[in-house]
Amino acid sequence: MNELTAWERIELIRHKNRPTINDYIPMIFDEFYEMHGDRCFGDDPAIIGGIGKISGIPVTVIGQVKGRDLEENKRTNFACPHPEGYRKALRLAKQAEKFHRPVICFIDTPGAFCGVAAEERGQGEAIARNLLEFSRLKTPVISVVLGEGGSGGALALGVCDALFMLQNAVYSVISPRGCASILWKDATREKDAAERLHITAEDLVSFGICDGIIPESQGGAHTNPELTAENIADTILESLRIITQKSVANLLEARYNKFRKIGEFEEITNSSDTERL
Amino acid sequence: MLEDLFKVVKSRLDYDNKGSNHVRSNIPNDLLFKCPRCQNVMFMDEFKSAMKVCSACNYHARISARERLEITVDKDSFVEYDADLVSKDPLNFEGYPEKVEAAQKATGLRDAILTGECTIRTRKCVIGVMDSHFMMASMGSVVGEKIARAFERATEKRLPVVLFTASGGARMQEGILSLMQMAKTSAAIARHSDAGLLYITVLTDPTTGGVTASFASLGDIIIAEPKVLIGFAGRRVIEDTIKQRLPDDFQSAEFLLEHGFVDMIVSRVNMRRTISKLLKLHLSATEGPNHE
Repeated sequence: MNELTAWERIELIRHKNRPTINDYIPMIFDEFYEMHGDRCFGDDPAIIGGIGKISGIPVTVIGQVKGRDLEENKRTNFACPHPEGYRKALRLAKQAEKFHRPVICFIDTPGAFCGVAAEERGQGEAIARNLLEFSRLKTPVISVVLGEGGSGGALALGVCDALFMLQNAVYSVISPRGCASILWKDATREKDAAERLHITAEDLVSFGICDGIIPESQGGAHTNPELTAENIADTILESLRIITQKSVANLLEARYNKFRKIGEFEEITNSSDTERL
Repeated sequence: MLEDLFKVVKSRLDYDNKGSNHVRSNIPNDLLFKCPRCQNVMFMDEFKSAMKVCSACNYHARISARERLEITVDKDSFVEYDADLVSKDPLNFEGYPEKVEAAQKATGLRDAILTGECTIRTRKCVIGVMDSHFMMASMGSVVGEKIARAFERATEKRLPVVLFTASGGARMQEGILSLMQMAKTSAAIARHSDAGLLYITVLTDPTTGGVTASFASLGDIIIAEPKVLIGFAGRRVIEDTIKQRLPDDFQSAEFLLEHGFVDMIVSRVNMRRTISKLLKLHLSATEGPNHE
Protein backbone atom coordinates (compact mmCIF):
# COMPACT_ATOMS: atom_id res chain seq x y z
CA MET A 1 0.00 0.00 0.00
CA ASN A 2 0.93 3.66 -0.25
CA GLU A 3 3.04 4.70 2.70
CA LEU A 4 3.77 8.22 1.55
CA THR A 5 2.53 11.10 3.67
CA ALA A 6 0.21 13.67 2.14
CA TRP A 7 3.09 16.11 1.91
CA GLU A 8 5.37 13.57 0.19
CA ARG A 9 2.63 13.00 -2.35
CA ILE A 10 2.33 16.72 -3.01
CA GLU A 11 6.06 16.83 -3.70
CA LEU A 12 5.75 13.82 -5.97
CA ILE A 13 2.90 15.24 -8.05
CA ARG A 14 4.87 18.45 -8.48
CA HIS A 15 7.77 16.45 -9.97
CA LYS A 16 8.77 18.08 -13.25
CA ASN A 17 8.40 14.81 -15.16
CA ARG A 18 4.97 13.97 -13.76
CA PRO A 19 2.87 13.01 -16.82
CA THR A 20 0.14 15.48 -17.76
CA ILE A 21 -3.09 15.10 -19.70
CA ASN A 22 -1.16 15.85 -22.89
CA ASP A 23 1.03 12.81 -22.20
CA TYR A 24 -1.91 10.58 -21.34
CA ILE A 25 -4.33 11.42 -24.15
CA PRO A 26 -2.33 9.68 -26.92
CA MET A 27 -1.66 6.71 -24.64
CA ILE A 28 -5.28 6.22 -23.55
CA PHE A 29 -7.32 7.26 -26.63
CA ASP A 30 -7.02 5.82 -30.14
CA GLU A 31 -8.03 9.00 -31.88
CA PHE A 32 -8.39 12.49 -30.48
CA TYR A 33 -9.79 15.60 -32.11
CA GLU A 34 -9.35 18.72 -30.05
CA MET A 35 -12.23 21.22 -29.96
CA HIS A 36 -11.71 24.85 -29.09
CA GLY A 37 -13.59 27.74 -27.54
CA ASP A 38 -16.60 28.52 -25.39
CA ARG A 39 -18.53 30.26 -28.24
CA CYS A 40 -18.84 33.36 -26.03
CA PHE A 41 -15.48 34.85 -25.25
CA GLY A 42 -12.53 32.75 -26.35
CA ASP A 43 -10.49 29.61 -25.99
CA ASP A 44 -8.79 28.86 -22.68
CA PRO A 45 -5.63 26.77 -23.14
CA ALA A 46 -5.78 25.81 -19.43
CA ILE A 47 -8.51 23.34 -20.36
CA ILE A 48 -8.24 20.90 -23.25
CA GLY A 49 -11.33 19.29 -24.67
CA GLY A 50 -12.23 17.08 -27.57
CA ILE A 51 -13.57 13.79 -28.85
CA GLY A 52 -11.60 10.58 -28.63
CA LYS A 53 -12.07 6.85 -28.77
CA ILE A 54 -11.27 4.35 -26.07
CA SER A 55 -11.48 0.69 -27.12
CA GLY A 56 -13.64 1.81 -30.01
CA ILE A 57 -16.09 3.80 -27.84
CA PRO A 58 -16.38 7.50 -28.72
CA VAL A 59 -16.08 9.70 -25.65
CA THR A 60 -15.69 13.40 -24.88
CA VAL A 61 -12.45 14.18 -23.07
CA ILE A 62 -12.05 17.30 -20.91
CA GLY A 63 -9.20 18.20 -18.58
CA GLN A 64 -6.92 20.83 -17.12
CA VAL A 65 -3.53 21.18 -18.77
CA LYS A 66 -0.42 21.31 -16.64
CA GLY A 67 2.61 22.40 -18.62
CA ARG A 68 5.60 20.12 -18.97
CA ASP A 69 7.94 23.09 -19.07
CA LEU A 70 7.82 26.79 -18.40
CA GLU A 71 6.89 27.59 -21.98
CA GLU A 72 3.86 25.31 -21.90
CA ASN A 73 2.93 26.47 -18.41
CA LYS A 74 2.88 30.07 -19.57
CA ARG A 75 0.54 29.07 -22.37
CA THR A 76 -1.76 27.01 -20.13
CA ASN A 77 -1.56 29.38 -17.15
CA PHE A 78 -0.22 26.59 -14.90
CA ALA A 79 -3.52 24.75 -15.34
CA CYS A 80 -5.53 27.51 -13.67
CA PRO A 81 -8.59 28.01 -15.89
CA HIS A 82 -10.47 31.22 -16.55
CA PRO A 83 -14.29 31.24 -16.78
CA GLU A 84 -14.16 30.61 -20.54
CA GLY A 85 -12.30 27.38 -19.82
CA TYR A 86 -15.14 26.11 -17.65
CA ARG A 87 -17.66 27.30 -20.22
CA LYS A 88 -15.80 25.42 -22.95
CA ALA A 89 -15.93 22.33 -20.74
CA LEU A 90 -19.68 22.74 -20.30
CA ARG A 91 -20.23 23.31 -24.02
CA LEU A 92 -18.41 20.08 -24.83
CA ALA A 93 -20.28 18.21 -22.11
CA LYS A 94 -23.62 19.36 -23.56
CA GLN A 95 -22.41 18.30 -26.99
CA ALA A 96 -21.58 14.88 -25.55
CA GLU A 97 -25.05 14.68 -24.00
CA LYS A 98 -26.66 15.36 -27.37
CA PHE A 99 -24.82 12.45 -28.96
CA HIS A 100 -25.03 10.16 -25.90
CA ARG A 101 -21.25 10.07 -25.57
CA PRO A 102 -19.79 9.46 -22.13
CA VAL A 103 -17.68 12.32 -20.73
CA ILE A 104 -14.26 11.62 -19.24
CA CYS A 105 -12.88 14.49 -17.12
CA PHE A 106 -9.25 14.68 -16.03
CA ILE A 107 -8.66 16.91 -13.00
CA ASP A 108 -5.22 18.41 -12.51
CA THR A 109 -5.26 22.01 -11.26
CA PRO A 110 -4.05 24.08 -8.32
CA GLY A 111 -7.38 25.93 -8.62
CA ALA A 112 -9.43 28.25 -10.77
CA PHE A 113 -7.44 31.35 -11.72
CA CYS A 114 -7.70 34.32 -9.40
CA GLY A 115 -7.37 37.56 -11.32
CA VAL A 116 -9.17 40.69 -12.45
CA ALA A 117 -10.29 39.28 -15.79
CA ALA A 118 -11.52 36.07 -14.16
CA GLU A 119 -13.68 38.10 -11.78
CA GLU A 120 -14.97 40.37 -14.54
CA ARG A 121 -16.07 37.36 -16.56
CA GLY A 122 -17.68 35.59 -13.62
CA GLN A 123 -15.41 32.86 -12.30
CA GLY A 124 -17.90 32.04 -9.57
CA GLU A 125 -20.83 31.82 -11.97
CA ALA A 126 -18.89 29.65 -14.41
CA ILE A 127 -18.00 27.09 -11.76
CA ALA A 128 -21.50 27.16 -10.24
CA ARG A 129 -23.07 26.60 -13.65
CA ASN A 130 -20.89 23.54 -14.26
CA LEU A 131 -21.83 22.05 -10.89
CA LEU A 132 -25.53 22.44 -11.68
CA GLU A 133 -25.40 21.32 -15.31
CA PHE A 134 -23.11 18.32 -14.76
CA SER A 135 -25.43 17.14 -11.97
CA ARG A 136 -28.19 16.67 -14.55
CA LEU A 137 -26.19 15.83 -17.67
CA LYS A 138 -27.98 12.95 -19.36
CA THR A 139 -24.89 10.96 -20.22
CA PRO A 140 -22.30 9.12 -18.10
CA VAL A 141 -19.52 11.22 -16.53
CA ILE A 142 -16.30 9.76 -15.13
CA SER A 143 -13.71 11.98 -13.43
CA VAL A 144 -10.09 11.07 -12.75
CA VAL A 145 -7.79 13.17 -10.54
CA LEU A 146 -4.37 12.93 -12.15
CA GLY A 147 -2.41 15.05 -9.68
CA GLU A 148 -3.72 18.14 -7.94
CA GLY A 149 -7.42 18.49 -7.24
CA GLY A 150 -7.55 22.11 -6.20
CA SER A 151 -10.85 23.22 -4.68
CA GLY A 152 -13.77 24.62 -6.69
CA GLY A 153 -11.62 24.85 -9.80
CA ALA A 154 -11.27 21.05 -9.66
CA LEU A 155 -14.85 20.32 -8.62
CA ALA A 156 -16.09 22.12 -11.74
CA LEU A 157 -14.93 18.99 -13.62
CA GLY A 158 -15.76 16.66 -10.74
CA VAL A 159 -19.54 16.26 -10.62
CA CYS A 160 -19.64 12.72 -11.97
CA ASP A 161 -20.97 9.19 -11.71
CA ALA A 162 -17.63 7.76 -10.65
CA LEU A 163 -14.58 9.54 -9.26
CA PHE A 164 -11.15 7.94 -9.41
CA MET A 165 -7.83 9.20 -8.13
CA LEU A 166 -4.32 8.23 -9.11
CA GLN A 167 -2.51 6.68 -6.19
CA ASN A 168 -0.53 9.82 -5.33
CA ALA A 169 -3.13 12.40 -6.33
CA VAL A 170 -4.63 14.76 -3.76
CA TYR A 171 -7.96 16.57 -3.65
CA SER A 172 -8.50 19.43 -1.23
CA VAL A 173 -10.82 22.30 -0.37
CA ILE A 174 -7.81 24.60 0.03
CA SER A 175 -4.07 24.39 -0.56
CA PRO A 176 -2.23 23.35 2.60
CA ARG A 177 -0.26 26.59 2.31
CA GLY A 178 -3.42 28.68 2.22
CA CYS A 179 -4.89 26.78 5.13
CA ALA A 180 -1.77 27.27 7.26
CA SER A 181 -1.50 30.96 6.49
CA ILE A 182 -5.15 31.63 7.30
CA LEU A 183 -5.57 29.46 10.37
CA TRP A 184 -2.17 29.81 11.96
CA LYS A 185 -0.87 32.93 10.18
CA ASP A 186 2.14 30.82 9.26
CA ALA A 187 2.47 29.48 5.72
CA THR A 188 5.55 27.47 6.69
CA ARG A 189 3.26 25.06 8.54
CA GLU A 190 1.91 23.81 5.20
CA LYS A 191 3.25 20.29 5.76
CA ASP A 192 1.29 20.09 8.97
CA ALA A 193 -1.84 21.40 7.23
CA ALA A 194 -1.40 18.86 4.41
CA GLU A 195 -1.78 16.01 6.89
CA ARG A 196 -4.64 17.57 8.83
CA LEU A 197 -6.76 18.32 5.75
CA HIS A 198 -7.03 14.60 4.81
CA ILE A 199 -6.45 15.00 1.10
CA THR A 200 -5.08 11.66 -0.06
CA ALA A 201 -6.86 9.14 -2.27
CA GLU A 202 -7.29 6.81 0.72
CA ASP A 203 -8.84 9.65 2.73
CA LEU A 204 -11.32 10.37 -0.05
CA VAL A 205 -12.23 6.70 -0.35
CA SER A 206 -12.88 6.62 3.41
CA PHE A 207 -15.22 9.63 3.09
CA GLY A 208 -17.14 7.85 0.33
CA ILE A 209 -16.19 10.51 -2.22
CA CYS A 210 -13.61 8.62 -4.29
CA ASP A 211 -14.75 5.36 -5.90
CA GLY A 212 -11.37 3.84 -6.61
CA ILE A 213 -7.62 4.33 -6.53
CA ILE A 214 -5.64 3.86 -9.73
CA PRO A 215 -2.16 2.44 -9.14
CA GLU A 216 0.83 4.34 -10.47
CA SER A 217 4.10 2.77 -11.50
CA GLN A 218 6.61 2.11 -8.74
CA GLY A 219 8.02 5.41 -7.48
CA GLY A 220 5.27 7.51 -9.09
CA ALA A 221 3.62 7.92 -12.48
CA HIS A 222 6.70 9.61 -14.01
CA THR A 223 8.75 6.42 -13.76
CA ASN A 224 6.52 4.59 -16.22
CA PRO A 225 3.82 6.78 -17.80
CA GLU A 226 2.75 3.99 -20.21
CA LEU A 227 1.95 1.61 -17.38
CA THR A 228 0.08 4.30 -15.45
CA ALA A 229 -1.86 5.21 -18.62
CA GLU A 230 -2.80 1.55 -19.06
CA ASN A 231 -4.11 1.45 -15.49
CA ILE A 232 -6.15 4.59 -16.12
CA ALA A 233 -7.57 3.15 -19.34
CA ASP A 234 -8.51 -0.13 -17.65
CA THR A 235 -10.28 1.73 -14.85
CA ILE A 236 -12.22 3.94 -17.25
CA LEU A 237 -13.29 0.97 -19.38
CA GLU A 238 -14.41 -1.09 -16.42
CA SER A 239 -16.34 1.85 -15.01
CA LEU A 240 -17.94 2.61 -18.40
CA ARG A 241 -19.00 -1.01 -18.71
CA ILE A 242 -20.97 -0.73 -15.45
CA ILE A 243 -22.29 2.81 -15.80
CA THR A 244 -23.47 2.56 -19.41
CA GLN A 245 -25.79 -0.30 -18.45
CA LYS A 246 -27.91 2.08 -16.37
CA SER A 247 -30.91 3.89 -17.76
CA VAL A 248 -30.55 7.68 -17.85
CA ALA A 249 -33.08 8.00 -15.01
CA ASN A 250 -31.16 5.58 -12.81
CA LEU A 251 -27.88 7.19 -13.73
CA LEU A 252 -29.09 10.65 -12.68
CA GLU A 253 -30.67 9.34 -9.50
CA ALA A 254 -27.43 7.62 -8.50
CA ARG A 255 -25.37 10.71 -9.35
CA TYR A 256 -27.67 12.86 -7.22
CA ASN A 257 -27.37 10.49 -4.30
CA LYS A 258 -23.60 10.21 -4.64
CA PHE A 259 -23.27 13.87 -3.69
CA ARG A 260 -26.44 14.17 -1.62
CA LYS A 261 -25.13 11.82 1.04
CA ILE A 262 -21.80 13.64 1.57
CA GLY A 263 -21.48 15.55 4.82
CA GLU A 264 -21.16 14.81 8.52
CA PHE A 265 -23.53 16.31 11.06
CA GLU A 266 -25.63 15.38 14.05
CA GLU A 267 -29.29 15.90 14.76
CA ILE A 268 -29.71 16.88 18.37
CA THR A 269 -32.94 15.68 19.90
CA ASN A 270 -31.84 15.77 23.51
CA SER A 271 -33.47 18.74 25.21
CA SER A 272 -30.53 19.37 27.53
CA ASP A 273 -28.40 19.94 24.46
CA THR A 274 -30.95 22.43 23.26
CA GLU A 275 -30.81 24.32 26.50
CA ARG A 276 -27.06 24.46 26.38
CA LEU A 277 -27.47 26.89 23.52
CA MET B 1 -4.44 30.26 -5.21
CA LEU B 2 -6.93 28.22 -3.29
CA GLU B 3 -6.45 30.38 -0.27
CA ASP B 4 -8.28 33.04 -2.21
CA LEU B 5 -11.50 31.31 -1.38
CA PHE B 6 -10.98 32.39 2.20
CA LYS B 7 -8.66 35.33 2.23
CA VAL B 8 -11.13 37.69 0.75
CA VAL B 9 -13.16 38.11 3.86
CA LYS B 10 -10.19 38.14 6.12
CA SER B 11 -8.64 40.92 4.12
CA ARG B 12 -11.85 42.90 4.21
CA LEU B 13 -11.95 42.51 7.96
CA ASP B 14 -8.37 43.74 8.16
CA TYR B 15 -9.35 46.79 6.17
CA ASP B 16 -12.34 47.28 8.44
CA ASN B 17 -10.24 47.09 11.55
CA LYS B 18 -7.61 49.44 10.22
CA GLY B 19 -10.30 51.93 9.45
CA SER B 20 -12.01 51.83 12.78
CA ASN B 21 -9.22 51.35 15.30
CA HIS B 22 -9.15 54.99 16.17
CA VAL B 23 -12.82 55.20 16.92
CA ARG B 24 -12.82 51.93 18.80
CA SER B 25 -10.07 53.07 21.09
CA ASN B 26 -11.90 56.20 22.16
CA ILE B 27 -15.61 55.55 22.05
CA PRO B 28 -17.61 52.52 23.13
CA ASN B 29 -18.50 50.26 20.20
CA ASP B 30 -22.19 50.29 20.81
CA LEU B 31 -22.59 54.06 20.61
CA LEU B 32 -21.31 54.71 17.12
CA PHE B 33 -21.12 53.01 13.75
CA LYS B 34 -18.18 53.82 11.52
CA CYS B 35 -18.71 52.81 7.90
CA PRO B 36 -15.92 50.53 6.63
CA ARG B 37 -16.49 51.81 3.09
CA CYS B 38 -16.52 55.61 3.53
CA GLN B 39 -15.50 56.11 7.20
CA ASN B 40 -18.67 58.09 7.86
CA VAL B 41 -19.64 57.98 11.53
CA MET B 42 -23.27 57.58 12.61
CA PHE B 43 -24.93 57.32 15.99
CA MET B 44 -25.89 53.71 16.58
CA ASP B 45 -29.55 54.57 17.13
CA GLU B 46 -29.70 56.43 13.86
CA PHE B 47 -27.81 53.59 12.10
CA LYS B 48 -30.20 50.98 13.46
CA SER B 49 -33.32 52.89 12.55
CA ALA B 50 -31.88 53.23 9.01
CA MET B 51 -31.84 49.38 8.85
CA LYS B 52 -28.05 49.48 9.27
CA VAL B 53 -27.41 51.32 6.04
CA CYS B 54 -24.72 54.01 5.91
CA SER B 55 -26.38 57.41 5.47
CA ALA B 56 -23.40 58.81 3.56
CA CYS B 57 -22.47 56.11 1.01
CA ASN B 58 -25.42 53.70 1.13
CA TYR B 59 -23.22 50.74 2.16
CA HIS B 60 -25.53 48.00 3.43
CA ALA B 61 -23.84 46.71 6.56
CA ARG B 62 -23.98 43.12 7.77
CA ILE B 63 -26.98 42.14 9.85
CA SER B 64 -27.74 38.93 11.70
CA ALA B 65 -29.98 36.21 10.32
CA ARG B 66 -32.62 37.02 12.96
CA GLU B 67 -32.54 40.70 12.07
CA ARG B 68 -32.91 39.78 8.40
CA LEU B 69 -35.93 37.63 9.07
CA GLU B 70 -37.48 40.38 11.15
CA ILE B 71 -37.34 42.92 8.32
CA THR B 72 -38.24 40.41 5.58
CA VAL B 73 -40.93 37.94 6.61
CA ASP B 74 -44.49 38.46 7.85
CA LYS B 75 -44.69 38.58 11.62
CA ASP B 76 -44.82 35.12 13.25
CA SER B 77 -44.89 33.41 9.86
CA PHE B 78 -41.42 31.82 10.04
CA VAL B 79 -41.36 28.11 10.81
CA GLU B 80 -37.81 26.87 11.08
CA TYR B 81 -36.52 23.73 9.35
CA ASP B 82 -33.81 21.48 10.75
CA ALA B 83 -33.05 23.59 13.82
CA ASP B 84 -31.45 20.55 15.42
CA LEU B 85 -28.60 20.08 12.93
CA VAL B 86 -25.13 20.62 14.36
CA SER B 87 -21.71 20.08 12.86
CA LYS B 88 -19.37 17.26 13.78
CA ASP B 89 -15.63 17.37 13.59
CA PRO B 90 -15.00 14.83 10.82
CA LEU B 91 -11.27 15.55 10.47
CA ASN B 92 -10.54 15.93 14.21
CA PHE B 93 -9.33 19.35 13.23
CA GLU B 94 -7.42 21.18 15.95
CA GLY B 95 -9.51 23.95 17.50
CA TYR B 96 -12.59 23.40 15.32
CA PRO B 97 -15.10 22.27 17.98
CA GLU B 98 -14.06 25.20 20.18
CA LYS B 99 -14.56 27.63 17.30
CA VAL B 100 -18.02 26.29 16.60
CA GLU B 101 -18.94 26.46 20.25
CA ALA B 102 -17.72 30.04 20.57
CA ALA B 103 -19.68 31.02 17.47
CA GLN B 104 -22.80 29.32 18.85
CA LYS B 105 -22.51 31.24 22.09
CA ALA B 106 -21.85 34.54 20.35
CA THR B 107 -24.73 34.27 17.87
CA GLY B 108 -27.31 32.01 19.49
CA LEU B 109 -27.31 30.01 16.24
CA ARG B 110 -26.30 26.38 15.81
CA ASP B 111 -24.57 27.04 12.49
CA ALA B 112 -24.23 29.71 9.84
CA ILE B 113 -27.69 29.49 8.26
CA LEU B 114 -31.35 29.56 9.25
CA THR B 115 -33.81 27.87 6.90
CA GLY B 116 -37.55 27.50 7.02
CA GLU B 117 -40.91 28.38 5.59
CA CYS B 118 -42.54 31.80 5.80
CA THR B 119 -44.77 34.27 4.04
CA ILE B 120 -43.51 37.54 2.62
CA ARG B 121 -46.45 39.96 2.30
CA THR B 122 -48.65 36.84 2.30
CA ARG B 123 -46.66 35.05 -0.44
CA LYS B 124 -45.54 31.68 0.80
CA CYS B 125 -41.93 30.61 0.22
CA VAL B 126 -39.01 28.65 1.58
CA ILE B 127 -36.37 31.00 2.95
CA GLY B 128 -32.71 30.67 3.93
CA VAL B 129 -30.61 33.34 5.61
CA MET B 130 -26.87 33.03 6.15
CA ASP B 131 -25.24 34.84 9.06
CA SER B 132 -21.73 36.22 8.60
CA HIS B 133 -21.30 36.50 12.37
CA PHE B 134 -21.07 32.70 12.58
CA MET B 135 -17.52 31.79 11.46
CA MET B 136 -17.95 34.19 8.55
CA ALA B 137 -20.83 32.01 7.36
CA SER B 138 -18.41 29.45 5.99
CA MET B 139 -20.12 26.46 4.39
CA GLY B 140 -19.61 23.11 6.07
CA SER B 141 -21.76 19.99 6.16
CA VAL B 142 -24.55 21.60 8.18
CA VAL B 143 -24.97 24.60 5.88
CA GLY B 144 -24.89 22.32 2.82
CA GLU B 145 -27.36 19.86 4.30
CA LYS B 146 -29.80 22.55 5.40
CA ILE B 147 -29.77 24.16 1.97
CA ALA B 148 -30.18 20.81 0.18
CA ARG B 149 -33.09 19.87 2.45
CA ALA B 150 -34.69 23.30 2.00
CA PHE B 151 -34.63 22.90 -1.79
CA GLU B 152 -35.92 19.33 -1.59
CA ARG B 153 -38.85 20.40 0.60
CA ALA B 154 -39.55 23.36 -1.66
CA THR B 155 -39.58 21.02 -4.67
CA GLU B 156 -41.95 18.64 -2.90
CA LYS B 157 -44.28 21.42 -1.75
CA ARG B 158 -43.92 23.36 -5.00
CA LEU B 159 -42.70 26.50 -3.27
CA PRO B 160 -40.26 29.18 -4.45
CA VAL B 161 -36.98 29.62 -2.57
CA VAL B 162 -35.52 32.93 -1.41
CA LEU B 163 -31.94 32.69 -0.19
CA PHE B 164 -29.97 35.52 1.43
CA THR B 165 -26.32 34.63 0.90
CA ALA B 166 -23.24 35.72 2.85
CA SER B 167 -20.10 33.69 3.19
CA GLY B 168 -16.35 33.63 3.34
CA GLY B 169 -16.43 30.38 1.35
CA ALA B 170 -16.08 26.72 2.21
CA ARG B 171 -15.30 25.74 5.81
CA MET B 172 -11.76 24.41 5.59
CA GLN B 173 -11.92 22.67 8.97
CA GLU B 174 -14.24 20.13 7.33
CA GLY B 175 -11.84 19.63 4.43
CA ILE B 176 -13.09 17.99 1.26
CA LEU B 177 -16.53 17.40 2.82
CA SER B 178 -17.12 21.16 2.78
CA LEU B 179 -16.06 21.43 -0.87
CA MET B 180 -18.56 18.73 -1.82
CA GLN B 181 -21.41 20.78 -0.32
CA MET B 182 -21.04 23.01 -3.39
CA ALA B 183 -21.97 20.06 -5.61
CA LYS B 184 -24.69 18.84 -3.27
CA THR B 185 -26.49 22.18 -3.08
CA SER B 186 -26.16 22.84 -6.82
CA ALA B 187 -27.69 19.44 -7.61
CA ALA B 188 -30.66 20.13 -5.30
CA ILE B 189 -31.16 23.49 -7.03
CA ALA B 190 -31.15 21.75 -10.43
CA ARG B 191 -34.06 19.54 -9.34
CA HIS B 192 -36.01 22.50 -7.97
CA SER B 193 -35.39 24.33 -11.24
CA ASP B 194 -36.41 21.31 -13.34
CA ALA B 195 -39.72 21.31 -11.47
CA GLY B 196 -40.35 24.79 -12.88
CA LEU B 197 -39.99 26.57 -9.56
CA LEU B 198 -38.58 30.00 -8.80
CA TYR B 199 -35.31 30.59 -6.97
CA ILE B 200 -34.32 34.11 -5.92
CA THR B 201 -30.88 34.81 -4.46
CA VAL B 202 -30.12 37.98 -2.54
CA LEU B 203 -26.38 38.59 -2.30
CA THR B 204 -25.39 40.37 0.91
CA ASP B 205 -22.09 41.39 2.44
CA PRO B 206 -19.85 39.46 1.85
CA THR B 207 -20.67 36.72 -0.66
CA THR B 208 -17.43 35.06 -1.74
CA GLY B 209 -15.50 31.88 -2.50
CA GLY B 210 -17.26 28.55 -2.72
CA VAL B 211 -20.69 30.05 -2.06
CA THR B 212 -20.31 32.44 -5.00
CA ALA B 213 -19.12 29.43 -7.00
CA SER B 214 -22.26 27.44 -6.19
CA PHE B 215 -25.77 28.31 -5.01
CA ALA B 216 -25.33 32.11 -4.79
CA SER B 217 -24.80 32.33 -8.56
CA LEU B 218 -27.61 29.97 -9.55
CA GLY B 219 -30.76 32.01 -8.86
CA ASP B 220 -33.31 32.55 -11.62
CA ILE B 221 -33.21 36.10 -10.33
CA ILE B 222 -30.10 37.45 -8.62
CA ILE B 223 -30.53 40.53 -6.44
CA ALA B 224 -27.73 42.30 -4.57
CA GLU B 225 -27.73 44.86 -1.80
CA PRO B 226 -25.90 48.11 -2.65
CA LYS B 227 -22.13 48.34 -2.21
CA VAL B 228 -21.70 44.83 -0.82
CA LEU B 229 -18.68 42.68 -1.59
CA ILE B 230 -19.28 39.84 -4.06
CA GLY B 231 -16.52 37.81 -5.64
CA PHE B 232 -14.78 34.50 -6.10
CA ALA B 233 -11.14 35.24 -5.31
CA GLY B 234 -9.61 37.39 -2.64
CA ARG B 235 -8.91 41.00 -3.44
CA ARG B 236 -5.53 41.04 -1.75
CA VAL B 237 -4.38 37.91 -3.55
CA ILE B 238 -5.30 39.47 -6.87
CA GLU B 239 -3.48 42.66 -5.87
CA ASP B 240 -0.41 40.63 -4.97
CA THR B 241 -0.54 38.97 -8.39
CA ILE B 242 -0.94 42.10 -10.47
CA LYS B 243 1.13 44.34 -8.14
CA GLN B 244 -1.47 47.10 -8.26
CA ARG B 245 -4.09 48.48 -5.95
CA LEU B 246 -7.52 47.53 -7.27
CA PRO B 247 -10.23 50.19 -7.59
CA ASP B 248 -12.56 50.44 -4.59
CA ASP B 249 -15.58 49.26 -6.49
CA PHE B 250 -13.87 46.04 -7.66
CA GLN B 251 -16.07 43.06 -6.66
CA SER B 252 -18.86 45.36 -5.48
CA ALA B 253 -22.52 44.75 -6.27
CA GLU B 254 -22.28 47.59 -8.81
CA PHE B 255 -19.24 45.93 -10.45
CA LEU B 256 -21.21 42.69 -10.84
CA LEU B 257 -24.21 44.49 -12.25
CA GLU B 258 -22.00 46.20 -14.81
CA HIS B 259 -20.45 42.87 -15.85
CA GLY B 260 -23.77 41.12 -16.16
CA PHE B 261 -23.81 38.84 -13.12
CA VAL B 262 -26.57 40.49 -11.10
CA ASP B 263 -30.12 41.27 -12.24
CA MET B 264 -30.80 44.19 -9.94
CA ILE B 265 -29.50 46.10 -6.97
CA VAL B 266 -32.22 46.69 -4.39
CA SER B 267 -31.87 48.73 -1.24
CA ARG B 268 -32.76 47.13 2.06
CA VAL B 269 -35.73 49.37 2.62
CA ASN B 270 -37.32 48.13 -0.64
CA MET B 271 -36.21 44.50 -0.43
CA ARG B 272 -39.30 42.96 1.18
CA ARG B 273 -41.61 44.66 -1.27
CA THR B 274 -39.49 43.74 -4.31
CA ILE B 275 -39.26 40.09 -3.32
CA SER B 276 -43.01 39.84 -2.70
CA LYS B 277 -43.72 41.41 -6.10
CA LEU B 278 -41.41 38.95 -7.83
CA LEU B 279 -43.00 36.05 -5.96
CA LYS B 280 -46.41 37.26 -7.08
CA LEU B 281 -45.28 37.46 -10.72
CA HIS B 282 -44.36 33.77 -10.53
CA LEU B 283 -47.48 32.54 -8.82
CA SER B 284 -48.48 30.48 -11.84
CA ALA B 285 -45.21 28.59 -11.63
CA THR B 286 -46.19 27.45 -8.17
CA GLU B 287 -49.85 26.83 -8.72
CA GLY B 288 -49.78 25.74 -12.35
CA PRO B 289 -49.46 22.18 -13.63
CA ASN B 290 -46.39 20.22 -12.77
CA HIS B 291 -44.15 20.37 -15.82
CA GLU B 292 -41.88 17.54 -14.81
